[in-house]
Amino acid sequence: MSQYPNNCKYTKEHEWIRADGAAYVVGITSFAAEQLGDVTYVDLPKPGKEVKQGDSTAAVESVKAASDIYAPAGGRVSAVNDALADAPEIVNQSPFDDGWFFKLENVNAADLDSLMDADAYEKYVGAQH
Amino acid sequence: MQLIYEKSVQGRRAITLDPLDVPDASLPRELCREKAAELPEVAEIDVIRHFTNLSRRNFGVDSHFYPLGSCTMKYNPKIAEAVAALPGFGQLHPQLSSSEAYWPLCQGAFELLYETEKWLAEIAGMKQTCLQPIAGAHGELAGTLLIAAYHRERGHAHKDTILIPDSAHGTNPASAAIAGFKVVEVPSHEDGTMRLDSVKAAMTENIAGLMMTCPNTHGLFEPVVAEIAEYLHQHDALLYYDGANLNAIIGKARPGDLGFDVMHYNLHKTFATPHGMGGPGSGPVGVGERLEKFLPGPRVVKRGETFALEMPEKSIGRLSQFFGNFGMAVRAYAYMRHLGKDGLREVGENAVLNANYIFARLKDAYTPAFDLPFMHECIFTAAPEAKKGVRALDIAKALLDYGYHAPTVYFPLTVKESIMIEPTETESRETLDAFCDAMLEIAKKIETDPDSFHDAPTTTPVGRLDEVRAARQLNCACL
Repeated sequence: MSQYPNNCKYTKEHEWIRADGAAYVVGITSFAAEQLGDVTYVDLPKPGKEVKQGDSTAAVESVKAASDIYAPAGGRVSAVNDALADAPEIVNQSPFDDGWFFKLENVNAADLDSLMDADAYEKYVGAQH
Repeated sequence: MQLIYEKSVQGRRAITLDPLDVPDASLPRELCREKAAELPEVAEIDVIRHFTNLSRRNFGVDSHFYPLGSCTMKYNPKIAEAVAALPGFGQLHPQLSSSEAYWPLCQGAFELLYETEKWLAEIAGMKQTCLQPIAGAHGELAGTLLIAAYHRERGHAHKDTILIPDSAHGTNPASAAIAGFKVVEVPSHEDGTMRLDSVKAAMTENIAGLMMTCPNTHGLFEPVVAEIAEYLHQHDALLYYDGANLNAIIGKARPGDLGFDVMHYNLHKTFATPHGMGGPGSGPVGVGERLEKFLPGPRVVKRGETFALEMPEKSIGRLSQFFGNFGMAVRAYAYMRHLGKDGLREVGENAVLNANYIFARLKDAYTPAFDLPFMHECIFTAAPEAKKGVRALDIAKALLDYGYHAPTVYFPLTVKESIMIEPTETESRETLDAFCDAMLEIAKKIETDPDSFHDAPTTTPVGRLDEVRAARQLNCACL
């Protein structure tokens, strides 16, 4: 069993994506949140924005660093997590649930095939660090 | 220490003006404020004591060792200040340059600009330089605008992307983006340097250029610069040199000889003009033959025995008022004259020697981030210490209690729990030893008493600040 949720797919840049009804929801992994340290600011896209896989779609700042959040798959941004604006610490507290960043609709399903599953991601993180 | 507002007593004044004895010339109503300004009401001695006491808490390279990596914070020799204060430089009105009739009065200043540009070009193997950019990132913007002008003239508008290694200086992607380019990051090899293969993997017909820092922000010299330059040129892409770390190779290697087409210098780093929080900075841009005609202007040129101003043939235009931060050009000129060729060579040699001396003394107590020899700065990873509960931040804070400015931490981003130390050439062996002793003592304390670090610093005017709260609850009342 992986320590990362099995219902998500993962990128090398430490984003996760999982099905949420007809849409997909995107966030950063617990590993990424821990590496960043205390998150102080989250910059979210405007709903309606069309993105391709790998496009810089959101940004996250911590006391240590600022990082881009890339779209794990192409699609259209259908919702963003406004709660992060006032309480960015949610990203640290609940990276896989309440700390989601944005939702994508019309997702290009082929893009998802290129992502890692939970086991592969755990191995990837282990090999890297 | 109280804020000056907390010392305010209603009605107290430093200056009392006599009653008005001339006709009142009122400002137009729309320019007048409705409420009185909320200024502290204090006596002159309150103001003097407040700011004198604040200044005594100031921490700078004139008072302490300041080994901040990635950003050469070196001592500013006072001879350069004396030269910049000469009335012929300090009191020269910049507006004189705007009319040809006054150029005879500007000959000294023009000559200084001309000579400084020439010497900077000689030092880096560039064809020409321009002193207009007023900061390092401004120099990067100038350089990337020049790259854009080059491709535009050739009708290659599709060249809209700049490659930037993950070991490049942090401002590069922002500068390229402001110049209108897309940015693609190129990963470095695990040994911390660039490989030609990763440049090849990122190459497309849209690549306009690559911005490189050498030594890179891992403190390592890039071994395959020449091969990368040749490969880029085969694909009609240009190679940009970020001069952030020029201090490491000054007098030893020249970016122009290595194949770089365009670069910026930081007078406030390599050439010892004041640095940080208002410097003001100076980021001259240098170019090889391909980009010369696009340089910002007007430029000082020599016509016979006199100096004049001229706009380059296809200039990208003016980038700052007058000639950039002229006072910084004067200081850099004085610095170069003061040291001479041999002295500048020793700058590079001693900068590298000092960093490696620190590295040699600390490498058994801390974990080196890379295996290759470091240049002017050395990088450790505090990842093993972090597992014991002492993070890079805690080590940095503990150093404050020893009277040292903290090194750079958490940069470069490619190194976990990074600690980056750049001593610069001006420090003596005794200073370096005392700093290393402090670092070794800290290393021992991490083993014996890791919990004690969480309160550090305890001897500074303010203790550990809550950085997270400061970032989350930004108080912008002063804006």
